[in-house]
Amino acid sequence: MSSETTETERQISHAVDNAVEPAHSVDEPAHGDHKHGLTDLGYVKVAAVLALMTALEVTLTYIDIPGGVFMALLLSLMVLKFWTVVSYFMHLKFDNPIFTKLFYSGLFLALGVYCVALLTFQFFNPS
Amino acid sequence: MADTVAPTTPASEPDTTLSIDLATAPDIHGQTPTPGAAHGEGGEHGHATSTGLSNNKLAMWMFLGSECLLFGGLISTYMLYRGRHEGSPSPSQLYNIPLTSVSSFVLLMSSLTMVLAVSAAQRHDDRTTSTWLTVTALLGATFVGAQVFEFTEFYHEGLGFTTNLFGSSFFTLTGFHGVHVTVGIILLMSLVGMINRNKIPGNKAEVVEMIGLYWHFVDIVWIVIFTLVYLIPS
Repeated sequence: MSSETTETERQISHAVDNAVEPAHSVDEPAHGDHKHGLTDLGYVKVAAVLALMTALEVTLTYIDIPGGVFMALLLSLMVLKFWTVVSYFMHLKFDNPIFTKLFYSGLFLALGVYCVALLTFQFFNPS
Repeated sequence: MADTVAPTTPASEPDTTLSIDLATAPDIHGQTPTPGAAHGEGGEHGHATSTGLSNNKLAMWMFLGSECLLFGGLISTYMLYRGRHEGSPSPSQLYNIPLTSVSSFVLLMSSLTMVLAVSAAQRHDDRTTSTWLTVTALLGATFVGAQVFEFTEFYHEGLGFTTNLFGSSFFTLTGFHGVHVTVGIILLMSLVGMINRNKIPGNKAEVVEMIGLYWHFVDIVWIVIFTLVYLIPS
């Protein structure tokens, strides 16, 4: 086989590869299947932060602080803990964004629907 | 075996034909064939999908998204009825915050052991995976035990399921969560048994990760319940 033919074959093969990019091979798992996330020590550190936030939450209930500040702090800690577990332990931070969209669409749909339901029952009305 | 387009030109002429390995060439959808795929066999990493994502994982995240709606409804109902405690002590008199804090900590740590199990499964370390899964199940059982103790205490203090609206909504919400934890424990122990007998088909790490996602979800639901139900007074 001549060198000219070999060069033509190489160019066409390259063009085919570029036109039809394979999803993945058996040795290269699909997105979201590969090893991802933190190291084991990293997970322990995240758990320590979560434990500290829980301790802070409980401590707040024993401290005499204004109701508005108390509520804001508790809800902020709750959201932060929720986000930390979802992002690091459930790997959403390292995974394909479509999983994040799927989960948070369900979550925000639930938040919206039940906020409207609570509004209907005048839950947020101080009287 | 590789199918090739055989050259048919005479040996004296320059060879201008291509030799393409059809067994490994991507198809029109961009998928590279995997060994055994034509026979429906699951490889170590499963089949290529049209999205390039694992269908199992996609389904699990959709399921968890829908679970948000279930628990959202139960939490909202509790928020509406938590002030309706006629005929029984008020929530602030009933709740044992130190006990619930310890059980919350236990459930939080079970999320750590679960993620360590997933990490070990990704390293193909079956023994460590089984150990962490068992520890996770034990921590989950401790949480459920604390919840049963709490329910019993409430009952002795005069709060039953049908005593008032507060009791009904409280037991429904926390009971549903407890059932989810119990299902998680059953899944974990089944998984340990299957790993020890090498009975998991396909991608073992992905199966462990799926159970892990469910377990972490149960944990994040408790994070919300702990704050909204126990720590914020009515």
